[in-house]
Amino acid sequence: MSERLSVRKTYKLYIGGAFPRSESGRSYVVTGAKGEFLANASKASRKDVRDAVSAARKAFPGWSSATAYNRGQILYRIAEMLEGRRAQFVSEVAEADGVSGKKAGELVDAAVDRLVWYAGWSDKISSLRGSANPVAGPYFNLSTPEPTGVVGIVAPPMGPLFGLVSVIAPVIVTGNTCVVIASERAPLPSITLAEVLATSDLPGGVVNILTGSSAEMAPWLAGHMDVNGLDLTGADAELAQKCEELAAENLKRVLRPNGKTDWAADPGTGRMTAFLETKTVWHPIGI
Amino acid sequence: MIFEYAPAPESREVVDIRPSYGLFINGEFVDGSGTPFKTVNPASEETLAEVATATEADVDRAVQAARKAFGVWSALPGSERAKYLFRIARIIQERARELAVLESLDNGKPIKESRDVDLPLVAAHFFYYAGWADKLQYAGYGTTPLGVAGQVIPWNFPLLMLAWKIAPALACGNTVVLKPAETTPLTALLFAEICQQADLPPGVVNIVTGAGDTGAAVVGHPDVDKVAFTGSTEVGRLIARAVAGTTKKVTLELGGKAANIVFDDAAIDQAVEGIVTGIFFNQGHVCCAGSRLLVQESVAEELLSSLKRRLSTLRLGDPLDKNTDIGAINSAAQLAKIRELSEAGEAEGASRWSPACALPEKGFWFPPTVFTGVSQSHRIAREEIFGPVLSVLTFRTPAEAVEKANNTPYGLSAGVWTEKASRMLWMANRLRAGVVWSNTFNKFDPTSPFGGYKESGYGREGGRHGLEAYLKEIS
Amino acid sequence: MSIPTASSNASLRAFLHGLPGVDRVGADARAAGLGTRSIKTTAKRQAIDLAISMVDLTTLEGADTRGKVRAMCAKAVHPDPTDPTVPKVAAVCVYPDLVAEARDVVGSSGVKVASVATAFPSGRSSLEVKVADTAMAVAAGADEIDMVIDRGAFLSGDYVKVFEEIQAIKAACGEAHLKVILETGELATYDNVRRASWLAMLAGGDFIKTSTGKVQPAATLPVTLVMLEAVRDFRDREGRMVGVKPAGGIRTTKDAIKMLVLVNETAGPDWLDPDWFRLGASSVLNDLLMQRQKLTTGRYAGPDYFTLD
Repeated sequence: MSERLSVRKTYKLYIGGAFPRSESGRSYVVTGAKGEFLANASKASRKDVRDAVSAARKAFPGWSSATAYNRGQILYRIAEMLEGRRAQFVSEVAEADGVSGKKAGELVDAAVDRLVWYAGWSDKISSLRGSANPVAGPYFNLSTPEPTGVVGIVAPPMGPLFGLVSVIAPVIVTGNTCVVIASERAPLPSITLAEVLATSDLPGGVVNILTGSSAEMAPWLAGHMDVNGLDLTGADAELAQKCEELAAENLKRVLRPNGKTDWAADPGTGRMTAFLETKTVWHPIGI
Repeated sequence: MIFEYAPAPESREVVDIRPSYGLFINGEFVDGSGTPFKTVNPASEETLAEVATATEADVDRAVQAARKAFGVWSALPGSERAKYLFRIARIIQERARELAVLESLDNGKPIKESRDVDLPLVAAHFFYYAGWADKLQYAGYGTTPLGVAGQVIPWNFPLLMLAWKIAPALACGNTVVLKPAETTPLTALLFAEICQQADLPPGVVNIVTGAGDTGAAVVGHPDVDKVAFTGSTEVGRLIARAVAGTTKKVTLELGGKAANIVFDDAAIDQAVEGIVTGIFFNQGHVCCAGSRLLVQESVAEELLSSLKRRLSTLRLGDPLDKNTDIGAINSAAQLAKIRELSEAGEAEGASRWSPACALPEKGFWFPPTVFTGVSQSHRIAREEIFGPVLSVLTFRTPAEAVEKANNTPYGLSAGVWTEKASRMLWMANRLRAGVVWSNTFNKFDPTSPFGGYKESGYGREGGRHGLEAYLKEIS
Repeated sequence: MSIPTASSNASLRAFLHGLPGVDRVGADARAAGLGTRSIKTTAKRQAIDLAISMVDLTTLEGADTRGKVRAMCAKAVHPDPTDPTVPKVAAVCVYPDLVAEARDVVGSSGVKVASVATAFPSGRSSLEVKVADTAMAVAAGADEIDMVIDRGAFLSGDYVKVFEEIQAIKAACGEAHLKVILETGELATYDNVRRASWLAMLAGGDFIKTSTGKVQPAATLPVTLVMLEAVRDFRDREGRMVGVKPAGGIRTTKDAIKMLVLVNETAGPDWLDPDWFRLGASSVLNDLLMQRQKLTTGRYAGPDYFTLD
């Protein structure tokens, strides 16, 4: 008897909570660390970027006005779902990075833990970044952080799951929505992650994931006038400069690539605060 | 009975303007290499002084001086830096009248404002950040200064913007090269003298004067670690592009087109005052000016008639007269821009109104102006006029007010007038603006972070938040 | 909103609480801002004479005597005996039992005689007593009656009682002008000052007056500002002009001039007239005279050169 033929997964994009193919109809071959064929991933186009941005914009009012507790709960739920699919991620990460199953397991665990860590930040970052300001007059004066809006993310090429989770979680936990350009080299875990997101009570559109060519898509994202922030962590120096220049057109908040990021290190609050605005409200105090 | 206020001019004698000024580099005044320019009193068009133009080479000298001083300054204990800043703050208080008069002469703003608003805030800002210099470890942004800060400031609040830039930079241990606006360099140069009086180590503060090219040289200098700019969104974009691909840290405080939203339950008399303060304070040369009045339809007529009556009491004229409410427009170029946009407003069908108001013959003047019947699509509802021109729009519901208020690429400030606290907070939550003034407007304080959303720029000035711009991120 | 009938507390409440609120901080800031106006030289001279002509020269002490009142009234007619160009004050203000005395001295000088009435300063008595108090003062020759409102009734929401009392006193005044003292220092909020102002105007008061002078704070700038806004708005709506009288705490020329600036830029020049604006004060007069003399002679004056009456 012959071995059972496996049913392969089709890797599509993740936009507005749905899994469409690229409008361009393009795909590209994704290979594993040893060069073996893994899948045909969707190769998203500028129009997919556009659609993803509008999905992210549409999701922003609801997500940013959800309670911090609620956002924290949902991030924790993502962690739970990710843990539940551990085996699948371990195998995808092992294939993508060519690492041992044990190492891949550690990376998946780290990704889960990172989500849990950020989940807890949802209702704490305001206390840390906000302030009651003792102005010299009869005014109540309070500063609070608010999400920047729609953030474009060029995910790191390495660390297809752990790196990816480490750039998405800090952006959305504070109420931003995002469009993520997944690792071009290893996009498959990002789509599996999308499946997790889609089943984690995360409203559609909060995270949108595009696979394909970073160099092709990132400039469209950087130049998009309805994108408010840009995380260029995964861009090389040349692409980053180009994107930063494009981002100047509407004064996007840009998080520049910072050489080699050690994802295992304490991430600090920088990735959250890069995409927070401070709003200061004044009100007289009188009878 | 007509109660005519006699002229009550503040004395010019308190300030001694030199015929010409050099650049302030490494603790002393030196000649600039460029062609000097004249700075004029916008209220009379009289030349006040000739001022040096810093070329790229001059800017380089200033940056080198700042770099050299950085070693010394950053190595000082915070408590020592604090004392220098406290000393500067005190000297500013001691010389406040002189600075206020000079500011009004060079800028055209009423002495009432330079005396009662600008100068007290300038001194307060130095006092505030002086106190941070030896407490940085508690602020949460680390304690490592960036290095040399290149700072470019506008002409609307010359000395106040200088304070907003220099005080936090120095408190954090940075040294600075600051370029004041070409139409208002004088108070910055007097500040340079204050640095000398305070025995500030040479090179910690350098002032380079000139126009856009000088500013570009400051921003573009490869040895500048930090760029801080306040000015137009247009220039802000250029700067953001210029620093792309570098490691320079940038903060930008840019333009605005703020909505000042008045609900039907507002305290009307105070709302009228807030509207006046919102758009006519400093001739409307205010990035956070409440230039779009959004008034609930049910009270629009009543509010507008109160507003017009109030505007008829505004006194326009000699900036040095202590009773002047509206001073001169800062420059001929700015006046031309205000005129151009106002004419566009009329051409697009909005109705224009100004109180009876005689304009002096010499100098640059524009009467307080209100446009009614304005819609979102009009240029005067979208573009920053940066002058005493108010565009009036109406709305029906809170949601519509929010929608209209946010319907702009800017996001610097907003005003909300309602006596209902829950509605105020509901609005404040939804307005995409860095400062929301509710039942007040155009209030500033060194402890209170200020800065914009969207195309109004990024970074905050003031408060603990203001330190972040001048410290290395901890990661 | 239409003017209510005063038939019920509910309708008065609906009206008064429907007036725009007053933001305290904003009102304070506006008053302080106007307080920075610099009134010099010719403007100061004009303001001083205007202020003198608006003074309600007042003595309201338990220790008042006929002699004290006669002396004050003499000064009211000729504030500076050495300088006939000094205008006379607007009125003298005394207790009802001394009205006749005051009347006798001011005669036909044009200085009005005002009398406090209605169980001044607390207003704690029956309406009958208040009416009788008023009638007695009017009968003795008072041109103006300064009544107090029942603050207790106002604060407890019994607007009808306050309204009807004012109406009754107004009736008892006959030809005499009625000034309604709100005693703003007891009303606690500027919202209440605005409401009480409207209530007094609706009930027929010819003037609204801040204070008895017995309660602190008395005539502050912001309270006067709120009342000036009220008379301005009332004229807009009802077509009737009502006067304003800050009283208590106005001690210096500077205080008085700030008040005039407030009038000029709030209610407007129509109110810059002793018929429509008064300064309830006593000590301010000598300061006005001293400042006036400084402007005339160029020398600083001293208190020994002004009478103490």
